[in-house]
Amino acid sequence: MTGPLALLPEYLSAHVRLTLAALAAGVALAVPVGVLVSRVRSLEPVVLGLAGVIQTVPALALLAVMVPLLSSLGLPGIGVLPALLGLVLYSLLPVLRNTVTGLHGVDPAVIEAARALGMTGRQQLLQVELPLALPVVVAGIRTATVWTVGLATLSTPVGAPSLGNYIFGGLQTRDPASVLVGCAAAAALALGLDLLVSAVASGVARHRPALAAGGGLGVLALGLWAWTAGGAGTGARPVRVGAKTFTEQYVLAEILAGTVRQTGRPVEALTSLGSTVAFDALARGQIDAYVDYTGTLWTTLMGRTEAAGMSRQEVLAEVRRWLLRRHGIVVAAVLGFENAYCFAVRDDAARDLGLRRLGDLAPLAPRLTLASDYEFFLRGEWRSVERAYGLVFRERRSMDPSLLYDAIAARQVDVVTAYSSDARIDALKLVVLEDDRHAIPPYDAVVLVGPRLAREAKDVLAALGRLEGRIDVQRMRALSREVDARHRSPAAAAADFLQAARAVPPRDAGAAAPAPAR
Amino acid sequence: MIRVEGLTRRYGSTPAVDGVSFHVGAGELLALVGASGSGKTTTLKMINRLVEPDAGRVVVEGRDALSLPPHLLRRGIGYVFQGVGLFPHLSVADNVAVPLALLGWPRERARRRVLELLDLVELEPALAARYPAALSGGQQQRVGVARALAASPRVMLLDEPFAALDPLTRDRLQQSFDRLRRQLALAAVFVTHDVAEAVALADRIGVMRAGRLVQIGRPRELASRPADDEVARLLDTPRRQARLVAERLGADR
Repeated sequence: MTGPLALLPEYLSAHVRLTLAALAAGVALAVPVGVLVSRVRSLEPVVLGLAGVIQTVPALALLAVMVPLLSSLGLPGIGVLPALLGLVLYSLLPVLRNTVTGLHGVDPAVIEAARALGMTGRQQLLQVELPLALPVVVAGIRTATVWTVGLATLSTPVGAPSLGNYIFGGLQTRDPASVLVGCAAAAALALGLDLLVSAVASGVARHRPALAAGGGLGVLALGLWAWTAGGAGTGARPVRVGAKTFTEQYVLAEILAGTVRQTGRPVEALTSLGSTVAFDALARGQIDAYVDYTGTLWTTLMGRTEAAGMSRQEVLAEVRRWLLRRHGIVVAAVLGFENAYCFAVRDDAARDLGLRRLGDLAPLAPRLTLASDYEFFLRGEWRSVERAYGLVFRERRSMDPSLLYDAIAARQVDVVTAYSSDARIDALKLVVLEDDRHAIPPYDAVVLVGPRLAREAKDVLAALGRLEGRIDVQRMRALSREVDARHRSPAAAAADFLQAARAVPPRDAGAAAPAPAR
Repeated sequence: MIRVEGLTRRYGSTPAVDGVSFHVGAGELLALVGASGSGKTTTLKMINRLVEPDAGRVVVEGRDALSLPPHLLRRGIGYVFQGVGLFPHLSVADNVAVPLALLGWPRERARRRVLELLDLVELEPALAARYPAALSGGQQQRVGVARALAASPRVMLLDEPFAALDPLTRDRLQQSFDRLRRQLALAAVFVTHDVAEAVALADRIGVMRAGRLVQIGRPRELASRPADDEVARLLDTPRRQARLVAERLGADR
């Protein structure tokens, strides 16, 4: 197997583990609560209402909200736990509702007979009511199964591997084959599981124990495969490398992974993490290394806004000190390029409107539409830009970063916030407006290493240190282009880079300081 | 075998059953008759505590019904009702064996007893493996009777057990049951609104009205010395119907 399919056993087994664990927990919780509700009718509106409210929360938000919630409780905020909790909550409603409906639907004559024959309440429930409600309960479990398989793809952004890795990764790297593999696999899994559960149901309903047992064994076999195939790795804990959700990050994660692998240690990549999820994960030791940008750390984590007049080195030095003091995080290497937020317009617009600097936008902005990614308008940089230049746009729109360039190329928006290392700025002939008042801080790409790894694995630290100054902005754009335009995998692009790097002797660490400020 | 003293049950402020007392001896069948809402079913259900009495006493086989947990009381009392209430997820054999399983009988012994019971209620042994949905109404009620008799109770409660059956099936089941209860010397309370059925099956009849037991006695006593006009009219209904039927059939002949 090559290409995207090579990863299928890993993602599929993780997906199955997550789904089955969530369903098992959901059923184990919902059925007893359903029984309780059917006994104490006054609880029904409260409990079913609550489960219904959970259902109305968008799934992605439910999973995302688990991250800070768990972290504030001192539990692992990223990885399998938040995904599992979110999925369990989601699977509750159909099972709960059907348990209550199923129990209410049992023929009163049958219940009267059970009582009159001298059954205790417990015997009545276990021998008569639950078996008779079973088909309805199982119908609820089927609904929950199909939902959970689908929603489990959303566990990728909170750090739990799943078939969603295909979908999120594929969307960001413009790889429709990958998206298709993820969707098809999830659909097939949903159908397969539904078939097995319905076999159990009809086996029970039609008094055919063999059919019921067959379905049950099928689910069991699938679970067994998932738990052994994905095998909770034995031996040394792998070094975990993280990545946020865009192409550059996928490539850089593969470069970090390849570099760590050269030390002989096993490596695991956790990709498509939310921006601050990645940092929290690093600080808490759930991942060991990833690439972030000084400006991002400066504004979103250190809460700083003013950077006017500060050079790249000054910001870098302060960020480095703060990371070490507050979190024990080490900056292992400064890669040598910036990926800054910048404001870009089409070249014809720049020419016609005479735009060169951000300040030139101020009088025109009320007639223009600005588009940015999901987070920019919530970040300190935007407030700082607004203040420094007095920009008031006609409309501000947030969209997926991968769509920003399409939007401006199609003239649907007038100004976008681009990323300075993005190859598409050149490809689409966009003009970057100069931030002459330094409202936006510098964004040096830095390799961050978590406290535990920095302490315990000096060899890894040293290996990552050799990346210092090795990737300038041209190199980064070229690497991203390999993936976005030539449709190669991030791993393949990274392998080329590492191959080439091995031929060139590492630069002297002292000379690796980034170029002087703009 | 069954002694009821001052049995009372209120729903809100209106009494559904008001100070009912009677006694049923071994091998005796008491039929409770009366209009809908007269309290006959509630009286019956207070004997095995499907309905808890507000006042009064029930003594079954010499023991106060309140002295033991309701589920243990019920295991010693056969109960047959119009709804039958066979368990649809269990085969006929497993349905009949439920009371035996509750008493902890070993499977093999229970299996033999089930065949005995099916024979007793005149059902083919081949039906044992069927599920209730595959039986006729009459067969279902025979299984219901077999299940009620499984644990060899000496006391039986019956709540309009044959009311939902077609006339021919009802007639056959009435005869079967009459034979059975004499053979097993059951003490039975039988609720019905069909006076003819009561006259045909009962040793004594109790007439209920508005929660009270108006009169109790042998069918012939009730007919010859009714407590009031209403009892007289009630006891006369089967005869009136029989006359009408005879006239019509005679006239058509």
